[in-house]
Amino acid sequence: MTKILAVDDSTSMRQMVTFTLKGAGYDVIEAADGQEAFDKAKGDQVDLVLSDVNMPVMDGITLIKSLRGLDSYKFTPMLMLTTESAGDKKMEGKAAGATGWIVKPFNPDQLLSTIKKVLG
Amino acid sequence: MESKEEAVTESADHSMMMNDDGAVDTEQYLTFIMADEEYGVDILSVQEIRGWETATPIPNAPTHVKGVINLRGTIVPIVDLRQRFGIASTDYGPLTVVIVLKVEKDHKERVMGIVVDAVSDVYSLSAGMMKDAPDLGEKVSTRFLKGLATIDKKMVILLDINELLSNDEIPEMSPTEAA
Amino acid sequence: MSIDLSQFHQVFFEESFEGLDAMESNLLELECETVDSEVINTIFRAAHSIKGGSGTFGFTEIAEFTHILETLLDEIREGSRNLTVDMVDLFLQSVDCLREMMQQIQDGTEVEKDTPKELAQAFEKYLNSENSENNVSDSSGTRVGDASSTVGSEAEARTEAGDTNGAGVVVAPGGRRWEIKFRPNVDMLRTGNEPARMFRELDSLGHYHCKVDTSQLSKFSALEPESSFLAWNISLSGDVSREQIEEVFEWVADDCELLIEEIQSEEAGIVAVDESKVDELKIDELKIDERKVESNESKVAEIGATEARSAETNVTDAAESDDPDTKQEAIKAKKESGKAKENSSIRVGTEKIDSLVNLVGELVITQSMLSQIGEDFTVEDLSRLKEGLGQLEHNTRDLQESVLRIRMLPINFTFSRFPRLIRDLSRQLDKKVELKIIGEETELDKTVMEKIGDPIVHLVRNSMDHGLESPEVRLAAGKDETGLLTLSAYHQGGNIVIQVKDDGAGLNKERILQKAVENGLVGEKETLSAEQINDLVFRPGFSTASEITDVSGRGVGMDVVRRNIQELNGTVEVVSEEGKGCVFTIRLPLTLAILDGQLIRVGDCTYILPLVSIIESLQVEPELVSHVAGGCEVLSLRDEYIPIVNLWDTFKVEPDSKSIEDSILIVLESENHKVGLVVDELMAQQQVVIKSMETNYERVGGVSGATILGDGRVSLILDIVGIVKMAGTQASERGKVLDFPSKHKAA
Repeated sequence: MTKILAVDDSTSMRQMVTFTLKGAGYDVIEAADGQEAFDKAKGDQVDLVLSDVNMPVMDGITLIKSLRGLDSYKFTPMLMLTTESAGDKKMEGKAAGATGWIVKPFNPDQLLSTIKKVLG
Repeated sequence: MESKEEAVTESADHSMMMNDDGAVDTEQYLTFIMADEEYGVDILSVQEIRGWETATPIPNAPTHVKGVINLRGTIVPIVDLRQRFGIASTDYGPLTVVIVLKVEKDHKERVMGIVVDAVSDVYSLSAGMMKDAPDLGEKVSTRFLKGLATIDKKMVILLDINELLSNDEIPEMSPTEAA
Repeated sequence: MSIDLSQFHQVFFEESFEGLDAMESNLLELECETVDSEVINTIFRAAHSIKGGSGTFGFTEIAEFTHILETLLDEIREGSRNLTVDMVDLFLQSVDCLREMMQQIQDGTEVEKDTPKELAQAFEKYLNSENSENNVSDSSGTRVGDASSTVGSEAEARTEAGDTNGAGVVVAPGGRRWEIKFRPNVDMLRTGNEPARMFRELDSLGHYHCKVDTSQLSKFSALEPESSFLAWNISLSGDVSREQIEEVFEWVADDCELLIEEIQSEEAGIVAVDESKVDELKIDELKIDERKVESNESKVAEIGATEARSAETNVTDAAESDDPDTKQEAIKAKKESGKAKENSSIRVGTEKIDSLVNLVGELVITQSMLSQIGEDFTVEDLSRLKEGLGQLEHNTRDLQESVLRIRMLPINFTFSRFPRLIRDLSRQLDKKVELKIIGEETELDKTVMEKIGDPIVHLVRNSMDHGLESPEVRLAAGKDETGLLTLSAYHQGGNIVIQVKDDGAGLNKERILQKAVENGLVGEKETLSAEQINDLVFRPGFSTASEITDVSGRGVGMDVVRRNIQELNGTVEVVSEEGKGCVFTIRLPLTLAILDGQLIRVGDCTYILPLVSIIESLQVEPELVSHVAGGCEVLSLRDEYIPIVNLWDTFKVEPDSKSIEDSILIVLESENHKVGLVVDELMAQQQVVIKSMETNYERVGGVSGATILGDGRVSLILDIVGIVKMAGTQASERGKVLDFPSKHKAA
């Protein structure tokens, strides 16, 4: 089963993402900040990382950078959940190794179609 | 009065036609006896039937409100239907029963008990068996009536319980007169 | 697939309200000179989350407003703009405004538009002023693809197109034709972007052919498996716009050379896939990563396919057609949110739940023990039965306490709003005030908490306005120029005690007395104790403020505070020391669900009086009762006249005796007055669980609720204020006047 790590400090967003992905048959691991996500990703290889950018403890960009540094996550797709105004953040995220981004606000269908594209 | 009757008929028809899946639309009614007349209430609104037990009186309440009882932890008011209809009240005996009804008022479900002489029967009635309620005079306002039905040559008075238990709007039943 | 987003709304509202609280408290912490980056980050994050969530869940008003707020916060965070006190004010107002908007959405009412608009304009003013590096609305219209770069290399692209012209051509009628040159940077793969994904997407857009350019490929020995050396020349035809193609490459725009060119002429063809090159590609990928081989093989196979696949198009269609759905959901959510508010939720710590589970476990053990005794009961088992019943009682009490604890929240939920209030008020009144909060973790019932907030706010405002002096006055009086306001809470017995204390001027007794005499509350020649004078501030229509201010309002203050607190079966009193300040002390039961009751009887009826309102009970000597004008009975007790209310008369029940000497008189406190209630018998005291009469019936005059006694009967809980009012009305209807005589005898 394809495993996705969903990272967001907002419970409602995380619930929405998880609900959507689980509904589409993906296995989902949740984390509320970058540090928690990093620890979980290390313990359990996931096929895709979906992370918010602004989070307490460890932000999404640091998370992506840290994960890319691991051998097991060299090529894993990692998408940022970002708002349209944060143009710099996208580039910063790309520099850190993000595969791409999904612009907030998005609806469940947009989320799924992007994820399907990435996972093939 | 005429227009009022029409309104009652309409609402009765509406409730009879509600289930659209069956060939014959029937509704079940629980009937009870009061002063030798048989009355019916929609069985779906009946929650339970209990024997009469002494209720705790509510100060300055209308006479027909006998008080409140403890129904498994909920406070439930009890209404004497005879007094509600202006029929002479009788002493409560071993056959006296309380029918506990669920009514909906202002989108809020309420539970109330009505004291009646005795429970009678359960009938299935189709729309065709229902007739409009005639003007029954001053005592029983037609607003309580859903209609009349004749079963085995007996007449059954079908009650609209939601109207029945909204007691605060009826001027002739005001507490001062009751006292 | 359609997902009902409204199921996440409640969580969103909860976390947003929490976020707004966090914004507020952090804004209050901010100091303009040295902006703490952690503090400003927290504020920014909260705003950012609210914006993201509200956008996603369809609350555009909130999203738009938060966006402006966030932009300014971002500039401050980045250090490109200096924070000013006025900005903090504006942010605080915005927090209020957002709370309001959120509440309106939750209630399903119309969202107010003027305040956010005004605030937004204020923000725009800052954003448009100098030292601004912002670009508020970037990238919303422009895509990442770099259109200008195509101009210079047009010729090259044409040549390329010409080269590949010989291959078999299938052209979709009426479509556009595109030539795409795509050369990923060496390390594009390291961002998890696979060319195959982009080819798949292109394939879903139209007819597509691809040719691999291996010219940059190094020798096998020097090949770096994690790097990309290939380039692709792609031709795409169909009803495809440039934007669609750019979107495919959006994520890698900075990681590749990309050339997108529309072919105008008929002659342009579609690049055929050279099979040998595909093989090379396979080999190349094989060297990269074993794990990827399988997937890439199938992906490469797909590259060859020219047939437009419908699956992804469907997904896109679904996404596009989703909008009306989302709207409908939003509307539905609005309707439902009103309900959601009614069934408000409460967060309970797991340790509370655990203790509950344990207690239920114990209860089950006791129950099984008792049923064992009961199965085969002999007189010898009596002591065991008693023991078991004792245990049951113990379990029940623990369980009750534990269940009630679930409804308990730390009073910080109420106290947390005061730093903001104090800040605003001290600015408004030009006073220097330090707020000290003690015991904010003290717990009390959620319902009590919700109702006690306003009275405390009133007391605090009162202290700020009338109690604490201006810095000059304080200095002149030899005090520190900064006043101290202390809010404290602690448990005492079954009560919570809340104190509002200030070190201000204290109550001015002379002025209070003078005012009271003016208002006719006190006779001119009466002598009152200090306590009695202080207590006058709680009388209706009383205000010591010489001017009405908009801070503590008109004279309709303290009496309302006292009434609200009494409705919660609590008390409030004030102790003051002139020149040193005063303390308002509120005492409340910990919960509204349970009442310490005194059972009383009149005739056949048993009623319950709140124990807290009983001052004393006595048997009355008939000669102490006198009939004042109009026939109302008054008891002369020590130095006071106390009006008498016969409960049998008010409630129309038949008592044992109608003469007062056979009855018991209970002296009660009702709205700061004493009143004597005549009953037949004083019975036991017990804790009762309060049940509402309104659930199935309606509000009953003189009755605040009902409870179920040990024998299963219902007993009504008396509402003293209501009874006194009823007695008054009934008396005046009879042509009598029941009025409170002056509380104290004339000297």
